[in-house]
Amino acid sequence: MPRIFFEAFLILHMSKTTHIIQKGLNLPLVGKPSDKVNFSEFPNSFALRPSEFIGLNPKLNVKVGDKVKAGECIFHDKSNDKILITSPVSGEITAIDRGPKRRLDAIVIRPDEKCDYINFGKEFPIEKEKIISKLLLSGAWSLLQMRPYGCIANPMDAPKAIFVNGMASSPFASKPSISLNGKEEFFTAGLKVLNSLSNRTILSISLDEESKILTQASGAELHRFSGPHPSGNTSVHISKISPINKGDIVWTISAQDVAIIGQLFISGEYHLDRVIAAGGSGMKEPRYFNVRGGQSMLGFFNENVKPGNYRFISGSVLTGNNIGKEGYLGYLSKQITIIPEGENTDFLGWVLPGFGKYSFSKAYFSWLFPNRKYDLTTKLNGEERAFVVTGQYDKVFPFDIFPNQLLKSIWAEDLEKMEELGIYEIVPEDFALCEVICTSKQPLQEMVRKGLNVLYAEMN
Amino acid sequence: MKFLQNILDSARPAVTTGKLKPLYPLYNAIETMLFVPNHNANSGAHVRDAIDLKRTMITVIFALIPALIFGMFNAGYQHYKAIGLLNDAIGWLQFFTVDNFIFGAIKVVPMIVVTYIAGLGVEIYFAYINKHAVNEGFLVSGLLIPMTMPVDMPLWMVAISTIFAVLIGKEVFGGTGMNILNPALTARAFAFFAYPSFMSGDKVWINTTTVEGEALVDGFSGATALGQYASTGETTYSAWDAFLGIIPGSIGETSTLLILLGGIYLIATGIGSWKIMLSSLFGAIAISLIFNLVAPNMISPEQQGFLSIPFYFHLVFGSWAFSTVFMATDPVSASHTEKGKWIYGFLIGFLGIMIRVFNPAYPEGMMLAILFMNVMAPLIDHYVVEGNVKKRLKRLIISAK
Repeated sequence: MPRIFFEAFLILHMSKTTHIIQKGLNLPLVGKPSDKVNFSEFPNSFALRPSEFIGLNPKLNVKVGDKVKAGECIFHDKSNDKILITSPVSGEITAIDRGPKRRLDAIVIRPDEKCDYINFGKEFPIEKEKIISKLLLSGAWSLLQMRPYGCIANPMDAPKAIFVNGMASSPFASKPSISLNGKEEFFTAGLKVLNSLSNRTILSISLDEESKILTQASGAELHRFSGPHPSGNTSVHISKISPINKGDIVWTISAQDVAIIGQLFISGEYHLDRVIAAGGSGMKEPRYFNVRGGQSMLGFFNENVKPGNYRFISGSVLTGNNIGKEGYLGYLSKQITIIPEGENTDFLGWVLPGFGKYSFSKAYFSWLFPNRKYDLTTKLNGEERAFVVTGQYDKVFPFDIFPNQLLKSIWAEDLEKMEELGIYEIVPEDFALCEVICTSKQPLQEMVRKGLNVLYAEMN
Repeated sequence: MKFLQNILDSARPAVTTGKLKPLYPLYNAIETMLFVPNHNANSGAHVRDAIDLKRTMITVIFALIPALIFGMFNAGYQHYKAIGLLNDAIGWLQFFTVDNFIFGAIKVVPMIVVTYIAGLGVEIYFAYINKHAVNEGFLVSGLLIPMTMPVDMPLWMVAISTIFAVLIGKEVFGGTGMNILNPALTARAFAFFAYPSFMSGDKVWINTTTVEGEALVDGFSGATALGQYASTGETTYSAWDAFLGIIPGSIGETSTLLILLGGIYLIATGIGSWKIMLSSLFGAIAISLIFNLVAPNMISPEQQGFLSIPFYFHLVFGSWAFSTVFMATDPVSASHTEKGKWIYGFLIGFLGIMIRVFNPAYPEGMMLAILFMNVMAPLIDHYVVEGNVKKRLKRLIISAK
């Protein structure tokens, strides 16, 4: 009996920092990575893609043939020349790829045998300005995102809090406990850096997280979340802890990237090294790998992916980019997913019982096998249609926001409505699950990104 | 399946670049119905749910089919019973007979075919001029329209009502997903007001033409239970018969049991909103109980009789069940918010029974109640959404202090 009281007390006590998310969905996919970590071979090519940095208008600082060091600026933001994107390796610029209208597509770097890092100094400055300038100069600033809009943070802003995401709820996401293993010192130093940037640093971790790096992290307010994806999305954490109002600014960063910042302040060097999960049914052996942001993935894929027609995703199946077999790992990517491309048409697929078809609804009879895992392909399973079904998104959307109404206001480019309906509180990734289960196959993430861009252009 | 694919492939050049270009939406509709296309996700999430609009619509059709088949048997049964060929005592043995089914099928199948041709014709024309694919919404509307009609409805009236509904009810608002009114009920409302002598009264619900082709002698009344209530305050049908569905009425509306099964299927698959169905039930019960309370104060004995019937009579007679399960739950014309769905459904049940009881000109009120609530749904949603907006504004003001 006393134990019940004790537990009740515990729950009441914890309730302020423990948040149970009810709505959401964990996709039942095959190809979950094991906890084993492997070194991947050092690649012979790197590339930076400006399109990966939301809101950044790139201006090149290098030309083909230039030699760069790791940490040296490759391009910067035209509208804010303090924001630099720096090279993850030392080497030679071998190509600058441009797309239509001379849009900057990629800057390709051939790495040196031995990586030569710029030393940004080992001292830990006390003044906020010096800390910011060190982050900006090294390029590590690009790891900090801001809300609203979900773009690179603006160093001139004063955020009301910094949210560190120490969770992994999306499919095959890298568990921070594995990714941060051995980087305790860096992580702690990184949190210290964030603390000097804002009055409030919040670390969100899973309710059943056991890794001491996270559970005993010093210098951050600890919050625990449990529930299906998107319980690990930063927007969910913000909405539960300190919702964004109009005019508020919040910065966000992932726990892995905090360690990169910490390493910068301890060693003076910018190491864009991460331990990332490589999952999906296309992997010979799904597990973790040591990689560096921007690296060529060709060798990795040749070695680790089964033969066949696969989609190579830098990121998760929900939000990642299709990079192709010869692609480069995203600068900010924290995982790799390989799933089969959809190939065949499906004879009368919409009429038959569909025992083997995955659906969040129960419209196919696969719901009779609730524990089955699926090898989902990239098939759309239908065609794009007008919004017809209502109340569908709400089931996987744990925000106090009306998703359909917000999407319609975005569609109509009604800025006032967007604000009223809470567009500041979300970023495209929050609509990823809605997009997956959408009957009408609407490109929701693209719509939300457009809406945020329209709003950004209007407000700035 | 290969040969079907080959036929489609050989026809493709003619409809994409050749002379038959206007037929492309039709071709595309047939092709995608035979083979779910292998389009891949190229923006956003890389994996997608197996559900699409076609599956959603076919699920509703699955739910409708038992009531439709039953309707065919019932049309034949009511006919043969009216012309005196059936012995009342034998009951069910005389219901599920081949004769009954064939009679019903001969009446109903042409109505379904005409509805689909008329409706899809308009849809395909608009798909062609607006350059989009044919939407699947009409798959359900095309089945609902004949199911809400009396069995003897002339086919040209069915066609005109359907064309009116698709044109004025749907396409002028921008097509599927944009309409304010439920298209199937728009068709029924059009038929009801344009051809009242074929849509209401005592004579339309049962085909009474004898084998020799003559109309049955006068004096036979084929009034529906609600028609009887409106005129006399009582009915000759039992609630049990009505629950099973062996009473006169529109083709698909009579069997509460099979509609209930369809409703359970829609709820189980998550396609139909249980909130709307349940709240419509609450609404119908609420107004019935209120009527029971005030019944003794009514002046005319007919009104007293109609007002004092127990609530479950209202659920099994008329089209309350059919309307609630298949009409009110149309997601486009219903309330779009979850809170709104409770209000929307409740008022449909409430107003439907109220119109039914108080207006002798309209022995059934569900059609008007749903169309009225279709118009009101955006208003309900507005206030629900406004609540969310206000909450956000309040948070802003508190944080500013």
